[in-house]
Amino acid sequence: MMRTILAVGTKEMRQILRDRRTLLILLFIPAFFLLLYGYALSFDIRDVRLAVQDRDRSTQSRDLVSAFVNSGYFALVGYEDSDAALARLVDEGKVRAILSIPANFERDLRLKRPVTVQVIIDGDNANTASTVTGYARTLIAEYGAVQMQTLLSTPGARLPTPVVIVEPRIWYNPQLRSALFLVPGLIAYISMITAVVSTALSVVREKERGTMEQVRMAPVGPVAYILGKTLPYLAISFTSAVLIVFAAMVLFDMPMRGSWPLLLFSIGLFLVGAQAQGLLISTIADTQQVAFQIALLSSMLPTMILSGFIFPISSMPTVVQGITHLVPARYFLVALRAIVLKGADVTAFWQELVALAIFATVAMGLASLRLRKEWA
Amino acid sequence: MDDLAIDVRGLTRKFGDFVAVNDLSFSVKPGEVFGFLGANGAGKSTTIRMLCGLLRPTSGTALVGGLDVGRDPEGVKRRIGYMSQRFSLYEPLTVDQNIQFFGGIYGLSGERFVARRKFVLEMAGLEGREKTLTRDLPGGWRQRLALGCAILHEPSIVCLDEPTGGVDPLSRRRFWDLIGDLSSKRVTVLVTTHYLDEAEHCHRLAIIHAGKLAALGTASDLKQVFASRPIVEIQATQPVLAMEALDRLDTVEKTSLFGTAVHAVMRDTNTSSAMLAASLAASGVEVRGIAPVQPSLEDVFLDVVERVGAA
Repeated sequence: MMRTILAVGTKEMRQILRDRRTLLILLFIPAFFLLLYGYALSFDIRDVRLAVQDRDRSTQSRDLVSAFVNSGYFALVGYEDSDAALARLVDEGKVRAILSIPANFERDLRLKRPVTVQVIIDGDNANTASTVTGYARTLIAEYGAVQMQTLLSTPGARLPTPVVIVEPRIWYNPQLRSALFLVPGLIAYISMITAVVSTALSVVREKERGTMEQVRMAPVGPVAYILGKTLPYLAISFTSAVLIVFAAMVLFDMPMRGSWPLLLFSIGLFLVGAQAQGLLISTIADTQQVAFQIALLSSMLPTMILSGFIFPISSMPTVVQGITHLVPARYFLVALRAIVLKGADVTAFWQELVALAIFATVAMGLASLRLRKEWA
Repeated sequence: MDDLAIDVRGLTRKFGDFVAVNDLSFSVKPGEVFGFLGANGAGKSTTIRMLCGLLRPTSGTALVGGLDVGRDPEGVKRRIGYMSQRFSLYEPLTVDQNIQFFGGIYGLSGERFVARRKFVLEMAGLEGREKTLTRDLPGGWRQRLALGCAILHEPSIVCLDEPTGGVDPLSRRRFWDLIGDLSSKRVTVLVTTHYLDEAEHCHRLAIIHAGKLAALGTASDLKQVFASRPIVEIQATQPVLAMEALDRLDTVEKTSLFGTAVHAVMRDTNTSSAMLAASLAASGVEVRGIAPVQPSLEDVFLDVVERVGAA
């Protein structure tokens, strides 16, 4: 058994090494993908183009404008008084937000009268709009708090009615960089596709060329054949996954707060499951073309949409949430984020690891069942 | 009966409602070259795959090298060598790497492997080309290497499923010489082919039609079906007209086209070529040549298939 596995594995490795192009694709394209996706996929919004309608033209109003500009979230395009001109700026896409400060802003503040500041946001992109609204709200609230303190520190000031103040602390990603949220997802996404596709293709290629039948004629059991064939690819996709992790650390300042052995173990478990899925596909597909399409679709779509990579699972409809339990990337992502971002230990995500192990076992079981049927 | 290499009794394989192989029975002696003839889809490959332990019979038994293919397919696999028309080698690997792989999966090692490797390289005429990529080898060489890999573990029975497809005539000739060598070493060779000229090399032939054994025997045995029905070859300027005219004659059983010539099978031995020529001339067919011919395997094959098809 060992000898057969070794013979099949050696042969597979030689075949892979012979095909330099495929090897390079398997090893480096994933890291390249990370680069591409990592920069293109970002929910961060910076330098929102802002026009200001300042009807007060006071020190106070200028302070508020600088608070907006200095936050880094807004870039001042200019001042404009006329409503019509402002509307045109928005229509032409020259500005995405307008800050309108009423006349008597400074005076009302001094007189401790409530003041309303208007922020108008271009809502053609709902996501951006809601994020920008959040920024503006926070900035104005901060500005108000500062004003309140100055007033309090003036002698003889009367204590205002007590208010509850929210002081948010965002753990693990204080700057809320979406890269930190997305990169672990990308690692899962890219590794999943690579492992599923390469495994499925390597088996179906043998079916297509007839070499599989030749091997079946030899006293080689399906288990020895599968192990011999998948182990080299496991080594390669593992290397490639670790390369992506390094790339993420270098390019996107992804932290690595947890334990390396745990990270490597989780990656390995995830990849074995992915390979099992690839094998299962190879028992269904008869041509490389079909195998490639099924492998790509079945790895790409669920990992992208149903894993919590981009869309939070908790906000999906109940039925869809149920389906996400079948997507291994869902569990891997929890483990990956926990290890990398939070430095959590295994007690925090052992259930996810168990789920990954179950997925790998079931997929591997189905694949070998189907292969056994095909084999003899 | 212990010295039979292959003993098949009532072998049947169904795929759903379709009966691919229907109640086959035959036996093969050690060292015999046994050929399966049949059209595509006649059941040749299904039979060979069952004999190799690759496919379980639906019913019936087949003893290969004394082992039951239904009960001990793994044991059977150890005793046979298999090669298919696709010369299933790994094309991105070198000659040597292919030999190493097949040696590995058949569990060859040490001195035995060294000796067998040398034998295969010699047999295939590939000494000095060990490092050549298999995909760069011409068809004939690749075919011999595939045969070499299939017999690396010295099986006593070799199954060849259309081994000469797409190979030039010279290489085919050389390949059959190798099969002859194997046979002289008491290796049993089971071969399917649809090249009827090749079938002449087989010691015995089985013609399979629609999953059934339609005829079995040596090439000359099989040709005996024409002993009482001589075949006359007619060269005519318009072969199709000649065929129509011949088909109208009571003395002619049937006609078939062989290249530009027409073969007419007589109902009995009473009609001479001269009488036939006269009849043809009477119906206005221009005949350039007419003479009795020995039946070829192709005549036999067509005859058998037709009779079974009609039954």
